[in-house]
Amino acid sequence: MEPAIDVVGLRKQYGGSPVLAGLDLRVEPGEVFALLGSNGAGKTTTISILTTLVRADAGSASVAGCDVARDPVGVRQRIALTGQSTAVDDALNGTENLVMLGRLSGLPPRAARRRAAELLERFGLTDAAGRRVRTYSGGTRRRLDLALSFVVAPQVLFLDEPTTGVDPRSRLDLWETIRGLADAGTTVFLTTQYLEEADRLADRIAVLDGGRIVAEGTSAQLKALVGTDTLVLQDAAGDVIAEEATDGTIAGIRAALDRLERTDAGGAVSLRRPTLDDVFLSLTATDETVKEFA
Amino acid sequence: MTAITLDRAVPGGSPARPRMRGLSAERVFIRRSLTLSLRDGETLSMSIMLPVVLMLLFTYVFGGAISGDGDYVDYVVPGIILLCAGFGAASIATYVARDMTTGVIDRFRTMPLRAGAVLTGHVVASVVRNLVATAVVIGVALLVGFRPTGGVGAWIGAFALITLYILAITYLYAAIGLASGSPEAAAGYGFILMFLPYLSSAFVPVDTMPSWLQWIAANQPITPIIETIRGLLMGTALHAQPYWAVGWCLVIVAFAAAWGAWLFRRARR
Repeated sequence: MEPAIDVVGLRKQYGGSPVLAGLDLRVEPGEVFALLGSNGAGKTTTISILTTLVRADAGSASVAGCDVARDPVGVRQRIALTGQSTAVDDALNGTENLVMLGRLSGLPPRAARRRAAELLERFGLTDAAGRRVRTYSGGTRRRLDLALSFVVAPQVLFLDEPTTGVDPRSRLDLWETIRGLADAGTTVFLTTQYLEEADRLADRIAVLDGGRIVAEGTSAQLKALVGTDTLVLQDAAGDVIAEEATDGTIAGIRAALDRLERTDAGGAVSLRRPTLDDVFLSLTATDETVKEFA
Repeated sequence: MTAITLDRAVPGGSPARPRMRGLSAERVFIRRSLTLSLRDGETLSMSIMLPVVLMLLFTYVFGGAISGDGDYVDYVVPGIILLCAGFGAASIATYVARDMTTGVIDRFRTMPLRAGAVLTGHVVASVVRNLVATAVVIGVALLVGFRPTGGVGAWIGAFALITLYILAITYLYAAIGLASGSPEAAAGYGFILMFLPYLSSAFVPVDTMPSWLQWIAANQPITPIIETIRGLLMGTALHAQPYWAVGWCLVIVAFAAAWGAWLFRRARR
């Protein structure tokens, strides 16, 4: 089957400094794909090129079978973007935002209103429907933003850091919403700074660093690479005294505890899950070149 | 939260959304901009109240000192009308800058429609807003003793020129909104333009100014526009002023449209 997203050798530079240095990606239809990277890794640039907002300097990219450079309108007819800053009109209420998007998507007035009502219900926004968006919480705004992307169901949905700046409870809600959309068969391409988010949502994860993919695989494959949990010893002020990597087993944690005990330092012990930092550390510590898992 | 159930998408097979043709996108965006203006009560009332207050100020406080014989209102109204257009149009810079700096424009640009239609919406709403404000100002002026002598033809001419001026300054402020990095900056830059009417024949005749300032006042775009409106409504001599007035407006429209189009194309991350 034709891939939902196919990227070959994508390059982009801004003011002489390369942001993307030869990016290769392939996302299958129906897949949830996460692009994981820190700030400045090139995540938003990648999304901007794939959604036709920005032209690449070199390389090729096609989305839903349409080339982003040669057929941008074709791409726009098949995608939706929920960007980093929520693209909703503050002065309008939830219903008005959805009806406007429906009209802009070519729905007649009555169909646009019907679709708005459906989406409000499906995204749990019925209570907020008549309120101006200005009064919404961050999480509710994001949910409305997501709903706007589904006024006409896209073949490929792009989510640029969907939960950045959202409180933890809303984040769980949003994850559930996104997972639900993916289960309905939409191809989802999302960027995130959080390993946990990629882990919870994505079928496949690619780690972006310095404008290239440095690792790619399923969540389990990435974690195997990172190692598992780390035992951390902190003093009363919260400063880290010592860290010991573990393999997550009882014996491994006990051995790590023994090693910490030998340092003779007092303090509180906690178990830290692998973070994006750990992914980068382990990737850069072992090998600079591209790692393949497949 | 309840689980999301959406129409089951067939991978790669859900229908593409239609392209927006004709002016349908423009219609939606004009409606959006008008709604946004109506709900932005502070901006709306300021852009009407401020010119009215200024007119009352000039008529009752300064008017006696400036012209003594009490018919200063007849002199100052054309200037106030242009001032009013300036105040009203300045808010388009803020609206445009807001759309460009929040994610709104990216959403529209990733849809199969002319994203520039967003700007058309703001321009039309700004012209409507300013015409309403102008009507209020003229109404108040009539109440405080403005007695124009022009006939119907003159009024139509004045109305056409005022509309053209509003369009020109709206385009200019829209371009300023595109050029500025934030809504706040847009509001700041906008204030610079508002001083232009003070350096014209809006409030005092040019020949009462120092000679170096006379040259600026006589040759800047606001003066011929004001003199034309004054000539049409009050019957003062027109000379070549209408040609200069229309010419200036067209030049400003052309310049701002070209500058704005360039900024809009360039404004991609």
